[in-house]
Amino acid sequence: MKPDLSTEFVGIRSPNPFWLASAPPTDRAVNVQRAFKAGWGGVVWKTLGIDPPVVNVNGPRYGFWQGDNRRVQGFSNIELISDRSILSNLREIAEIKAQWPDRAVVVSVMFPLEESVWAEWLPRVEATGADGIELNLGCPHGMSERGMGSAMGQAPELVEMVTRLAKAHTGLPVIVKLTPNVTDITWGAVAAQAGGADAVSLINTINSIVSVDLERMAPMPTVDGKGTHGGYCGPAVKPIALNMVAEIARHPALAGLPISGIGGVGTWRDTAEFMALGASNVQVCTAAMLYGFRIIEDLVGGLQTWMTEQGHTRLEDFIGRAVPNVSDWSQLNLNFVTKAKIDVDRCIGCGRCYIACEDTSHQAIGRVADSGRYQVRAEDCVGCNLCVAVCPVSDCISMAAMAGGVDPRTGVSITAQPMNWTQHPNNPMAPCPSGEGQGD
Amino acid sequence: MSLSAVILSPELLEARFRPLEEVLPASEAPMEAERCYYCHDAPCVTACPTDIDIPGFIRAIAVGQPARAAERILQANPLGGSCARVCPVETLCEQSCVRQGEEGGPVRIGRLQRLSMAQASPDLFPAATAEVRAQKIAVVGAGPAGLAGAHLLAREGFAVDLFEAQARAGGLNESGIAAYKMLDDAAQHEVAHLLTGDRIQLRCGMALGRDIALAQLRSDYDAVFLALGLQGQHRLQIPGEDLAGVLPAVPFIARMRRGEPVPVGQKVVVIGGGMTAIDIAVQIRLLGAEEVHLCYRRGPEAMGASAREQQLARDQGVLIHHFRRPLRIEGEGGDCVAIWLQPTVLQDECCVDQGQPLRWAVDQVFTAIGQRFNPEVWGEDGASLQLDAHGKIAVDADFRTSLPGVWAGGDCVGRSDDLTVHAVADAKRAVLSMLGDLRHET
Repeated sequence: MKPDLSTEFVGIRSPNPFWLASAPPTDRAVNVQRAFKAGWGGVVWKTLGIDPPVVNVNGPRYGFWQGDNRRVQGFSNIELISDRSILSNLREIAEIKAQWPDRAVVVSVMFPLEESVWAEWLPRVEATGADGIELNLGCPHGMSERGMGSAMGQAPELVEMVTRLAKAHTGLPVIVKLTPNVTDITWGAVAAQAGGADAVSLINTINSIVSVDLERMAPMPTVDGKGTHGGYCGPAVKPIALNMVAEIARHPALAGLPISGIGGVGTWRDTAEFMALGASNVQVCTAAMLYGFRIIEDLVGGLQTWMTEQGHTRLEDFIGRAVPNVSDWSQLNLNFVTKAKIDVDRCIGCGRCYIACEDTSHQAIGRVADSGRYQVRAEDCVGCNLCVAVCPVSDCISMAAMAGGVDPRTGVSITAQPMNWTQHPNNPMAPCPSGEGQGD
Repeated sequence: MSLSAVILSPELLEARFRPLEEVLPASEAPMEAERCYYCHDAPCVTACPTDIDIPGFIRAIAVGQPARAAERILQANPLGGSCARVCPVETLCEQSCVRQGEEGGPVRIGRLQRLSMAQASPDLFPAATAEVRAQKIAVVGAGPAGLAGAHLLAREGFAVDLFEAQARAGGLNESGIAAYKMLDDAAQHEVAHLLTGDRIQLRCGMALGRDIALAQLRSDYDAVFLALGLQGQHRLQIPGEDLAGVLPAVPFIARMRRGEPVPVGQKVVVIGGGMTAIDIAVQIRLLGAEEVHLCYRRGPEAMGASAREQQLARDQGVLIHHFRRPLRIEGEGGDCVAIWLQPTVLQDECCVDQGQPLRWAVDQVFTAIGQRFNPEVWGEDGASLQLDAHGKIAVDADFRTSLPGVWAGGDCVGRSDDLTVHAVADAKRAVLSMLGDLRHET
């Protein structure tokens, strides 16, 4: 039997944990119709604003960074919220929801800080039959210049205020979408929770200049000779998003606050990683924009395959499972010793590990003269993992933990007894071992 | 029976030779370049006789600067352009690529180099030294070794007179290499780049032993670099070798490439197992021969032509026969009509005859069994040079000949295989040595 992917997120049910994030793919009924046909579990409708609608640039909206084989690694946009009238959006939302009752339809909104606006429009959103509201407090370009988007999301007191405003005028669950353009993501999450948020979603896009056109000497995308900072997303932002999700998931005051994970999700593995760090579902945009809605089949099939291999039957089996292992640096075990190990049978002799270690690390790799292969000198290896990163061959270099004996680099015996920085004798703040070092 | 005469016209070149070009589309270059692991102490560089910084130039392609890639190549090998076309990379750099045993095989270094060198221009060579030396050097022979030598010497500030017996410079690149490898007048473009500047005087139609004498050169110049190539064709030493229709491959290819009418048979046998054998077999087929058989007296592993070259010939319909030794060629009215071949087998690593001789009716036979140094051509000049055991000019590790002030390199010396890349490597070494010796003299 295939694993069950159905979810209930703040009371909103969907057949799978994959929602399309509020963005161009969810701008209109024709797109959402295609998305649901393709199998997406839900959508967060492209952010609504009050009339008159915003106006987008007519030049390029997107910039990008392409890695090897011209694959887009990072994607940036300067598009604003929905540039269609709010009423036509609401009409389409109602049609879609009526047609797809089993799918999640959440409506993203960005309204000014005027209670009358919220009081007028949230009930009308609710009347469409939509399942929830997402507050766009994260858009870092354009809208932020008008005091909305990330301009609100960057001020915790505004986050709380807007959340409270939204909650006061709707009975629907309210999800607060957080901006990563802050020093500490948890401040916004705490504020959202204080305002009554049912959940948070993160991350919105990261402020960025994705590249510079060196002929026109202007940021990309370039509109008539000028460019502006845009919102960065795609595979490149995933590590930043994962950390922010984990920071919220492990924050003591935020325990139990549901998280919708966003940021570079394009594969089952990305999904599993976000969920292991505490996200209950994920939102996807860039991957769909790059490959089309059909990528949902790969996401669903991939996640089910992995879950079957792991013996997971439902998402709850692994949601949040990695959270207890996310720790402060000071809690890491300094008595844990690893050494790099090169599998000589797999080594092709390219020397990448050697030159990386020799030039920039600890001179712990040497060439075996007769074979032209490389090997690690355990007495110099600090276990940094750089060689693993640069080796072009899979499963050739691995890090092996020392289970016993003496670390040949330090001469210190390996002990099963962990010791972290708070306990380390070099830490001036660590409690002194009894009877030592006093009064000398 | 007379053979039909065919001219290698531009139309024929486009229709039949062009499709054999091995080029990497520019659109595929970045992807191929990114396959390079950018090895430290890369084995491909070690495998290249001219030490081209292969990972370095490939990285320049990967970051979108093929002209810088060409610059990098030319730093190590001024004939990087023709080497990209004629090098048997499958036995040199690509063979040693660490990806050899990996999925996708080795990085296609040769094709990446070819693509880079499409950007070549005289500006991309390393800058010549500003110092103008008073010393003058004579380089004899404007083939790969002579061109490389003259270019490198000029770059070092010497005035160079470059003597060439033929009407055009280029040597085997101009006249001996298969036409499909050197399309678009590639050899002459390269020559023009190499000889840019005013320090090299190219003097064509000047043959050693006829128009110039070694003794005179030695007294007129501070040093002499002999890059004479090989003029003599090895002979089969079998009856019938002088019949009409029996031809050595290299002069035939030279005539064909000059655009002269060449005879093309219907049933053709090529004797030999090296690159020239492949070159003539493929080209005579492209020129219209109906049946082309390549006969080699030993097995496929012993052939000088790489497996890839052999496959190229097969793809063109050339039938390759191993273990066939030519016995004699039968004539009728002065024309060759048949060749007798003795089957052989390998016994204790020796080829021995086995079975009955075969008679094949043929109207054309090519010999491609190598060339030899022919000192007699230069009269007294040839006699004055000490030769090695293989009858080529004897040189030391720095390519000094037995005559003081005279260096030699390329095919006329036997220190390496007769590849363009080795000729360049010889010239590099010889120039370094000349530089050292000439400095001491002043």
